[in-house]
Amino acid sequence: MAAPASAPRTRRRIPWSVVGFLAPALVIYTVFMVLPLLDSLRRSLFTASGELAGLDNYVTLLTDPDWAPRFWGAFANNIVFFAIHMLVQNPVGLLLAVLLTTRVLRGRTVYRTLIFAPTVLSVVIIGFIWKLILSPLWGVMEGAMEAVGLGDFYLPWLGLQGPALIVVSLMSVWQFVGIPMLLFSAALLSIPDEIIEAARTDGAGAWRIFRSIQLPLILPTVGIVAILTFVGNFNAFDLVYTVQGGLAGPEFSTDLFGTYFFRTFFGFQLQLGDPVMGATVAGMMFLIILFGVCLYLFGAQRRLQRVDP
Amino acid sequence: MAGTRQDRLGISPTAAGKHAILIGYSFIAIAPVALIIINSFKERMPIFKQPLDLPTAETFTLAGYETLGKRGDFGAWLGNSVLVTGGSLLLVLLLGAMAAFALARYRFMGSRVLGLYLAIGIMIPIRLGTVSLLGILQGLGLTNQLAGLVLVYTAAGLPLAVFVLSAFFREVPRDLEDAARVDGANDWHVFAMIVRLARPALAAVAILTMIPVWNDLWWPLVAAPGVPTLTLGSQQFLGQFVSDWNAVLAALTVAMIPMLVLYVVFNRQFVRGLMGGALK
Amino acid sequence: MKKKSLALGAAGVMALTAAMPIATTAQDPVKLTIESWRNDDLGIWEDVIIPAFEAQHPEIDVTFAPTPPADYNATLQTKLEGGTAGDLITCRPFDASLALYDAGYLASLNDLPGLANFGDVAKSAWITDDGSNVFCVPMASVIHGFIYNKDIFEELGITQLPTTDEELEAILAQIKEDGRYTPLAMGTKDMWESATMGFQNVGADLWQGEEGRKALIAGEAKLTDQPYVDALAELAAWRDFLPEGFEGISYPDAQQYFATGQAAVYPAGSWDIAFFEGQGLDIGFFGPGDVDGDGDCVISDHTDIALGLNAASPNAEAAKTFLDWVASAEFASLYSNSLPGFFSLSNEPVTLEDPVAQEALDLRATCDSTIRNSYQILSRGTPNLENELWAVSAAVINGTLTPEEGAARLQEGLDSWYAAD
Repeated sequence: MAAPASAPRTRRRIPWSVVGFLAPALVIYTVFMVLPLLDSLRRSLFTASGELAGLDNYVTLLTDPDWAPRFWGAFANNIVFFAIHMLVQNPVGLLLAVLLTTRVLRGRTVYRTLIFAPTVLSVVIIGFIWKLILSPLWGVMEGAMEAVGLGDFYLPWLGLQGPALIVVSLMSVWQFVGIPMLLFSAALLSIPDEIIEAARTDGAGAWRIFRSIQLPLILPTVGIVAILTFVGNFNAFDLVYTVQGGLAGPEFSTDLFGTYFFRTFFGFQLQLGDPVMGATVAGMMFLIILFGVCLYLFGAQRRLQRVDP
Repeated sequence: MAGTRQDRLGISPTAAGKHAILIGYSFIAIAPVALIIINSFKERMPIFKQPLDLPTAETFTLAGYETLGKRGDFGAWLGNSVLVTGGSLLLVLLLGAMAAFALARYRFMGSRVLGLYLAIGIMIPIRLGTVSLLGILQGLGLTNQLAGLVLVYTAAGLPLAVFVLSAFFREVPRDLEDAARVDGANDWHVFAMIVRLARPALAAVAILTMIPVWNDLWWPLVAAPGVPTLTLGSQQFLGQFVSDWNAVLAALTVAMIPMLVLYVVFNRQFVRGLMGGALK
Repeated sequence: MKKKSLALGAAGVMALTAAMPIATTAQDPVKLTIESWRNDDLGIWEDVIIPAFEAQHPEIDVTFAPTPPADYNATLQTKLEGGTAGDLITCRPFDASLALYDAGYLASLNDLPGLANFGDVAKSAWITDDGSNVFCVPMASVIHGFIYNKDIFEELGITQLPTTDEELEAILAQIKEDGRYTPLAMGTKDMWESATMGFQNVGADLWQGEEGRKALIAGEAKLTDQPYVDALAELAAWRDFLPEGFEGISYPDAQQYFATGQAAVYPAGSWDIAFFEGQGLDIGFFGPGDVDGDGDCVISDHTDIALGLNAASPNAEAAKTFLDWVASAEFASLYSNSLPGFFSLSNEPVTLEDPVAQEALDLRATCDSTIRNSYQILSRGTPNLENELWAVSAAVINGTLTPEEGAARLQEGLDSWYAAD
């Protein structure tokens, strides 16, 4: 992450208490997370019968006609899923945060509480709720759209190849918009009032203040939100699984890495689980996420060096 | 909050616009949830015929909740969820703060590497290691135990906690620590002081940790199906009664309520912490 | 072993959580747990089947612990690997269970006396390829066909049930013409109904049942052959009769749609009978009939469900006592009658009390039986034929693939890994 504003001073000796502070967290983290993950990665370098396979499994995943189309399909869908979050969730979250941190606004606690509420609910519950609402059988969505004169635009989106992914993405946006909203709110609140007051006295409007004062100052948070979104999106699984099932229909059009990994690793219906290829998919997910994070760290580092030398 | 002077000016046209947007979005956020709760109290036919109406004397029923009472065990599931979430939260906050303190306030050989080692865990879903992890839990006799879930969630939650908390701890001015040390404070005293200053960060970490743990379906399903949490219990109940809409809507409502209540209570703390605890 | 050392290392960690209240289940020496995907049947197991067993064996305490069907295979595999699976395992037919047996998770049941009550056909879905080991006690098969709403048929003056696909289509057209009811209640969102209640249902007669199924395995027939294209074409013809927005209608949605009297006919598995009767609907059952017009008929009568023994069960003796009871005539009758639509595979004759289930079972007398053609051997590779059938059948109904394109894709997928020897 960002370089600390004031670097810790070098201490003359390492107190034993440092070990005491660090050990419990490191042990639990290593035993219950790192070792199982490394063991999974190790599996991706071996064949099912335990012989060393090198990168063969990865070559199969990326090029074999049985594997590659699904892999790249999931990759493309995941990028769309991420893009919709970046273009809808985060700007809306920022807009709400700006509105909610306005000084003269009454009732912002109520608004904040209401808007954040879906975030705290289980994805299983959220998926189920939206499935019911969008179902042509119940007709709630159709009725609501008719009420505002858009009835003709209602379609059974979740069953249509084009719109299904977009609609599932928007469900996720709807649920999680509270997170960027809160992170941006916290960042906006930490900007000293005096700076904004001074700008206002100089005659700057709300947009001007946002563009030239607030946005630059919350830029680190924008970066954090982006990377959290990226990591969350490329790990997403529960929503598609709940709403569209393990085959991520129709025709795999809502298949994300999460569901692809699940099907490969654990099998689906008559398809048997394949731990080796599952581990390989997990390995690729790991690399893609790692790449994104490195990109972010690199960018954040440079920007910070520019902003405060 | 600052700026109360202007509150007395009343609602200006810009403020009205802001309210309109916020009311509109609040409605979008809450309407689907409200729709489920409202319909869970209605007879089957009115659910389909007039989904947007409030229950009336004629359409009111508790049939779904009765099915729930007969076939579900929500009390026990809730208890399991509270224990698992509470235990994980406690461990993540305590151990996470300790590790973050060591990483943020001391420079020692390998501190950067250790920080990176922990940070890697933020990016990778622990689910990718399921089979190996189940083997470990089994070796320890922790399958079908709430304690097993707590350890898994603690491991998964620590990286983000350390990451966020150490960033906060670094911001605490050196002078405060030096002054305390001059007064004779030892490492643990300094730790306690800094943790107190970072309460808003702890609150944020608590929320970020609690939500996924409470809502997780995967680990209860594969590691502790014998002691179902609320999410697992209601998911299986939903699968089982999928064609009984009264029961489905009632189950969704019951599964949402504890978290919503918890959230409203916790939210106040969170907002207060966020606004009052600025590190100035 | 590595596992051991990891365990040792982690033991220290446990001290940290020692203060945690831990919910332990009191260890009853003979407590059996059944893993199953039949969550719909939980009530029946709890209220009827298990009490009947426990009345005879008070020393054994049985719990039925189902997982939703879509989660079952994955969850079970993980639980078996992690050692958290129950003592008794409900078996999917053919390869899914065979893989569990080969991996050592299911015990051989050759020495179970009750297996004598089952014929070779019944056991065929849960036996090793060389026929030397049986690893699950067959419980039931399910029959595909159509459930119809008697009140709607009466109201529209339909007195003659269809016996061919042309007659069925004429009736569906008549219902559509009338306009008050939707002819067919089915959706394509969950996909599996399209393959199971659609493709396998109407197709069995087209590919001459077992003959065609075995020819596919032997490599003598291809999925691009006329019968398979015709089966997909039948599905494409259903499109006009489905409810509006059928692309977004899931399996429970379709059940609900038919249960609320909005549709006249429901492409069914016999297991649906119990649900609709429970909703107070007056229903009847008819088979797909003579679809290819050659004068005989074949139905999909699929060996669907069995019960096996977890090889790692600490209560193997008690579990075998239960399995032997599952193989008995008493269980056959209890199961078939408390879950109408599941037909016991036992040699013991069973009298069905449910008239609709009896209607479905009567099809066995007039038609030949076959099992689903994707279940044995042909779904062992990637892409998986069964999963492909789901996707292709749904896409053909949706109109995003033509029957010919669909058939070509199925065969292409199969060719990529399967060669008959």
